[in-house]
Amino acid sequence: MFTAKHYLLAESIQQAYELNQSKRNAILGGLFWLRMGNKKIHTLIDLSNLGFNQIEETQQEFIIGSMCTLRDFELHEGLNTFFQQAPFKSVEHIVGTQFRNTATMGGSVYSRFGFSDILTLLLCLNASVQLYQKGMLSLEEYIQQPYDRDILMKIQIPKQTCQVRYLTQRLSATDFPVLTCTVARFETGWRIVLGARPQKATLVRYDLPQFPTQQDINGLLEFVQKQVVFGDNMRGSAAYRTHLAIVLIERAIGSILEDSHAD
Amino acid sequence: MQIKLKLNGKLVQDEVAPDKILLDYLREKGCYSVKRGCDTANCGLCTVYLNQKPVLSCSVLAVQADGKEVTTLEGIQQEAEEFGAFLADQGAEQCGYCSPGLIMNVLAMKRELMNPTEQQIKAYLAGNLCRCTGYMGQMRAIQNYLRKEQTDESSQ
Repeated sequence: MFTAKHYLLAESIQQAYELNQSKRNAILGGLFWLRMGNKKIHTLIDLSNLGFNQIEETQQEFIIGSMCTLRDFELHEGLNTFFQQAPFKSVEHIVGTQFRNTATMGGSVYSRFGFSDILTLLLCLNASVQLYQKGMLSLEEYIQQPYDRDILMKIQIPKQTCQVRYLTQRLSATDFPVLTCTVARFETGWRIVLGARPQKATLVRYDLPQFPTQQDINGLLEFVQKQVVFGDNMRGSAAYRTHLAIVLIERAIGSILEDSHAD
Repeated sequence: MQIKLKLNGKLVQDEVAPDKILLDYLREKGCYSVKRGCDTANCGLCTVYLNQKPVLSCSVLAVQADGKEVTTLEGIQQEAEEFGAFLADQGAEQCGYCSPGLIMNVLAMKRELMNPTEQQIKAYLAGNLCRCTGYMGQMRAIQNYLRKEQTDESSQ
């Protein structure tokens, strides 16, 4: 458990940013990971008074404040209607309702955890992040960046029409995932993201036609087998994850195609 | 740091350390229903309501409760006893250590979901672990309790 000398409910983002430049201080997210460590913190910075706890829906995008909880994301009607329940499915296995009532979207995205369900979905949906100093950055770029002292304020998901499926494999219901997978078909093409490899979520760069044949899909699966890096940990081996990736991707593509045939 | 909150309907004011966990604070205030279990936000034993929402008090700071409303099992004693009787009827507890957290979350679920299915009940309560019962007795107790509540409501 960490220790802290002071707690500050930030009055402005500028104040929070300035304080956060000292490595002795830390921003409070959902607290779950912070409390697993034993940091000696000087000032805990709480962003919950800065208006980042809303999900806003505009004509072009969904804007999710960094202090929104996973439960807000899970239950948001607009998001779930637009993305066919994928937001709900991406978080439903994360520990329990009580956990998701305080775990924050900003905490998950800023931390860029290798096991993240949320990162896998957001990356697939072409999300961007809004940082206080650096401004807008695509999530794809943000994932690659080293941790710094900037503050994540908002996450933006463009309203691009797509069919999307979120699939995950876990050894037990509320455990960390062995593998996460999001597949979406946009008008511009398919986006496939694999997470919990157990490294950070990654985009599979492969051109698949809008209505792929089994041969096209086999080509993609072969590419995934050869090009995507999987690793071992106590939840599964690289070989198991490779096998899972193929099963989940094929299942997700099949489900999307099945729906378009039904239409 | 000075905090002011509503604990089980009563206004309280205290000086707390910035890193004091809400769980410890509540136990110091005599709310012994709030149990320390895994201490890693996995088991659900320490469930309390923060502004009516169930949260894990092992992972909330006492200072974060400033200006808010905190409810523990002691604050909903009558409702808890009613559901507790259903648990007892089904032999759904053995050591009983997980019961306060479970009861808190079941009552939160009752307020949030209308006629939940078995699947919805399992999903809502996935964060409440019990190492004695195997959950079947709990599920029967919850379903019986919800049925009885529904009957009571429709007869009013």
